Amino acid sequence: MKYVIIGAGPAGVVAAETLRKNDLSADITMISGEGPYPHSRMAIPYFLTGRIEESGTWLRKNEDHFENLGITIVDGCVSHVDTAPRKVTLDEGQVLEYDKLLIASGASPLRPPVPGLDRPGVYHCWTLEDSRNIVQRAAPGSDVVLMGAGFIGCIILEAMLERGVNLTVIEAEDRMVPRMMNQTAGDMIKKWCLKKGVTVLTSTRATSVDEAGGKLSVSVDKGDAVAADLVVVATGVKSNTGFLEDTGIKMEEGILIDDNFCSSDSNIYAAGDCAKGREYGSDSWVMHAIQPTATEHGRQAALNMIGVPVTYQGSLSMNVLDTAGLISASFGKWDGVGGDHAESIDQDNFRYLRLEFDDDHLVGALSLGRTDRIGCIRGLIQRAKPLGVWKARLMANPNLVAEAFVGLSQ
Amino acid sequence: MQKSLNINPDKCTGCAQCELACSYESEGVFNLSKSRIKVFKFHDEGRFVPYTCTQCSEAWCQQACPVDAITLDLATGAKIVNDATCVGCKVCTIACPFGTINYIADKGVVAKCDLCGGDPECVKVCPTNAITFVDANWTGLDKMRNWAMKTDSGSQASA
Amino acid sequence: MAWTKNVLRVNLTEGTCTNEPLNMDWAEKYLGQRGLATKYLTEEIDPKVDPLSPDNKMIMVTGPLTGTCASTAGRYSIVTKGALTGAIACSNSGGFFGNELKNAGLDMIIFEGSSKKPVYLYIEDDNVQLLDASELWGRSTWNTEETIKANHGDPMIRVASIGISGEKGCKYACVVNDMDRAAGRSGVGTVMGSKNLKAVAVRGTKGVAVKDGARFLKAVAEAKQVLVDNAVTGQGLPAFGTQVLMNVINETGALPTRNSREVQFSSANDISAEAMAEVRASDNKSNLVATAACFSCTIACGRVSEIERTHFTVKDRPEYQKASGGLEYEAAWALGAATGIKDLDALTFANFICNEQGFDPISFGSTLAAAMEMFEAGDITTKDTGGLELTFGNAEVLCTLAELTGKAEGFGVDLGLGSKLLCAKYGKPELAMQVKGQEFPAYDPRGIQGMGLTYATSNRGACHLRSYTVASEVLGIPEKTDPLESDGKPGLVMAFQDATAAFDSAGVCIFTTFAWTMDDLTPQIDAACEGDWSTEKLLEIGERIWNLERQFNNAAGFTAEDDKLPQRLMKDAAKTGPAKGLTSKLEVMLPEYYQLRGWTPDGVPTNETIQRLNL
Repeated sequence: MKYVIIGAGPAGVVAAETLRKNDLSADITMISGEGPYPHSRMAIPYFLTGRIEESGTWLRKNEDHFENLGITIVDGCVSHVDTAPRKVTLDEGQVLEYDKLLIASGASPLRPPVPGLDRPGVYHCWTLEDSRNIVQRAAPGSDVVLMGAGFIGCIILEAMLERGVNLTVIEAEDRMVPRMMNQTAGDMIKKWCLKKGVTVLTSTRATSVDEAGGKLSVSVDKGDAVAADLVVVATGVKSNTGFLEDTGIKMEEGILIDDNFCSSDSNIYAAGDCAKGREYGSDSWVMHAIQPTATEHGRQAALNMIGVPVTYQGSLSMNVLDTAGLISASFGKWDGVGGDHAESIDQDNFRYLRLEFDDDHLVGALSLGRTDRIGCIRGLIQRAKPLGVWKARLMANPNLVAEAFVGLSQ
Repeated sequence: MQKSLNINPDKCTGCAQCELACSYESEGVFNLSKSRIKVFKFHDEGRFVPYTCTQCSEAWCQQACPVDAITLDLATGAKIVNDATCVGCKVCTIACPFGTINYIADKGVVAKCDLCGGDPECVKVCPTNAITFVDANWTGLDKMRNWAMKTDSGSQASA
Repeated sequence: MAWTKNVLRVNLTEGTCTNEPLNMDWAEKYLGQRGLATKYLTEEIDPKVDPLSPDNKMIMVTGPLTGTCASTAGRYSIVTKGALTGAIACSNSGGFFGNELKNAGLDMIIFEGSSKKPVYLYIEDDNVQLLDASELWGRSTWNTEETIKANHGDPMIRVASIGISGEKGCKYACVVNDMDRAAGRSGVGTVMGSKNLKAVAVRGTKGVAVKDGARFLKAVAEAKQVLVDNAVTGQGLPAFGTQVLMNVINETGALPTRNSREVQFSSANDISAEAMAEVRASDNKSNLVATAACFSCTIACGRVSEIERTHFTVKDRPEYQKASGGLEYEAAWALGAATGIKDLDALTFANFICNEQGFDPISFGSTLAAAMEMFEAGDITTKDTGGLELTFGNAEVLCTLAELTGKAEGFGVDLGLGSKLLCAKYGKPELAMQVKGQEFPAYDPRGIQGMGLTYATSNRGACHLRSYTVASEVLGIPEKTDPLESDGKPGLVMAFQDATAAFDSAGVCIFTTFAWTMDDLTPQIDAACEGDWSTEKLLEIGERIWNLERQFNNAAGFTAEDDKLPQRLMKDAAKTGPAKGLTSKLEVMLPEYYQLRGWTPDGVPTNETIQRLNL
């Protein structure tokens, strides 16, 4: 059996390993667009701070890991896919035939329609190459503008502060991390950033990036332009599926997959950031560009490709974010489904917890300033049985999430 | 034969000596907030429940780790955090549905039960044998793991 | 090492919190906890100060072993001038609060002055704030603890608070931590209430370090084994709790019954450990639902109880249909034998209320017993009690009055005075079973002679925890002495007093002394604490502390005249049991005790003693 995997991120790597574990004779090829050592984007902020070397970002630490498993890594970008006959063509012309294909090509940063983003000194923070450029420009005392206060923007905030730069964050929405945090939590994160000396402009749009006197200048729709030595653009991502054009594979924002990870072509599967699959606990199809979903997808897609039928229970949205020391997390339907909710706020100490219920099931949560046994929230959301007596207790004091989980399960 | 922690809440008095021993073994100080085992107290029920990682075969933490910092100790079956590799991204702390891997802010890494290399300190100090270290087959681990969680049936199939 | 060397000073008048280094010269001479805080207090306040004035101070203090893995090392004390007694007060509590305080990096907190408005102190490691407690004022200790945890979003916060009784001036209010552990005696909660301080909430994550870790772990392991191998700490207390004593002391003929008119209670078995464990036919459950340990305790004497759902106390009150701290021996005696009540669930309920509203069940039960005797004699009438029939044995009245006392309503206001003031008010001062204003506990000095001298000389007023000679006289620890005999008791009492002061000051529980001698404690202290520590040095510290406390009381105006037992114990002989025909021989023991102590016949430490102890 010939398996080809497009992409060597977490989904691709886990899929390749799962294929090998379950099929010792399989012919497995993984196409990497970013060199021979598959690495983790999650680790890039820590590379930025200098905490780890480049090798610290590797998904697998042993250089011979994939060779030892008999997984071939091909370095290159996919130009197109042919579904009959089944083959993948790379930019350089190399052709790989497959019996089963997994697309785990991930996502790329969006470039918002702002004039001047092609100037030198404007970067995304997505690849190791990007981070090398950023490190070079972000000298102590330099002016840095961060466009977008989303997940990536926030996670590199500390790296920037550690480098001693003057930081301005521009966010078009009315709060920080709008896709992961509600107004209350977003405002608390903003307050935290202001305390750390960051200038935060919410409800503000960058209109252009120009050059003036050897520096960049970011014009905004409200107030004065902001001078910058470096502009980092982090305004969201889109899935990498351009090479599937003309294949007829069903797409929405990503590749539509069924509960067995199969696309509309029965030999092509998809996993991770480029796949649109079931959301946990619902009949909606969603894009969750998160690490746990990527690895879950990768593993289960591989099992299905081998012929071990595994029905996906859906992706639970989960994020954990460290914004210059303030740790926040979101789970599931954190913006609610119209059921009860419970909230605990301690503004002064930057602690916040909000739980969202559907009848007496927990369906989502937001937390700030809390790390102890936070995973129990996932456990509670994904537990099949109702909360029983703990519903009322959690309504009275949402901080008892770990107690509730242990109390219900032991 | 691999061994597992076997916890019997009915015998626990809530004294927290397991937590003290754990924090001293792992951090060199007596500090309940640094312990990888925690005794949950349900005051109104008069119940004490020692709670820590079951070294589950799903290994959610290990699966979620983006930098391969959590590895399996083949001798003990424990999932071990490698402090030098962990970047502190905390993804494992939300991925583990048991909440038994936690971020230690002052060290910038996560921490979890590592079975003390096969000779758990919590077991040695427990005055009532509420925590014992026994052959893995005896512990009813399956019971603990199957608590009504219906997610990710695939991982169970692959386990 | 072992000490954090850090003192937090909270001026409630000014609303300020400042840190200062611990006086290590004093730590060397007074060790920690009870001893060290007494040194601070006696240096800082006028002994004649009104306990409830802003000039009194209140110290919350841990010991050097507090927060370590030594067995029972979670203790803290509150040291102040007692509201009930006007004497030096040191009330010791277990649970987990003391450990949390130590982990916040504090050896002690000194509260001075008085706040204009209700406040609570919130400590999260170095984040220390005095916060508005107007929302908490008027709440029970249970509700206060829950509310603070919820408001700060952290279930791991430990709270020590006062209930309504402490706010409203009940003389024997206590400070309750962890729902059912209390710094119980002498009215330390009353002092806290007078300062408008509702609670202290702590979250500490700093950790506790010791000098020589390997040696400490070895010493701790050996000492724990001593506890395991001992019949009392290894079997009796773990299996039955302190209630193991109920039948034992009753058979000894030393269970003060119906305000000490008798020394045996015919229904003792109904309120004993055995009764708590008995499975009821009605619902197939027992009063006892679990065994609970304090921080790092290998003994686990704590009991958790639940009242039968159909019992009159809880049948319409679901909020009490849950488990909570069960009866300890002293509480079961005071609420039961002293009042002649044999309804176990009623005692359990009254005990719940004592914890919930924060008042001492010993003083409450004993005061109620005195009131019952006066009611039966007609000194107190239903006019005074609001219609309540205060007859011995009346369980309903016990529960009603527990609630009224907890909220300082109706006749509960009178009961909140304590027996000394109550009996004086109703013209029968001799019926108050107290010394220095504090009610004595569950051992009748006629049947256990050493306890008479213990009560009379206890620096905080009548108390068993200052020299628990019951260990020797009843249990044979460290060697058996005859409880009916007074010979040798002055020396025994003195030795117990000094050793107890040292154990208290280390941060461990006095119950360890059923099994440990000082030679078991010394290696633990020496491995944990900087400096060199020997048994001789620790015993000298114990004696120094005792004398320091005595000096304070003398300066406060106490004299040998106050080292007295109630007349009843001296004149009315025991009617039944082994002590039948006996009274307390205090008058024989006391002069010898003074002499052994190196005090004048008036009970004042001589200059020679003061110099010898380097006071």
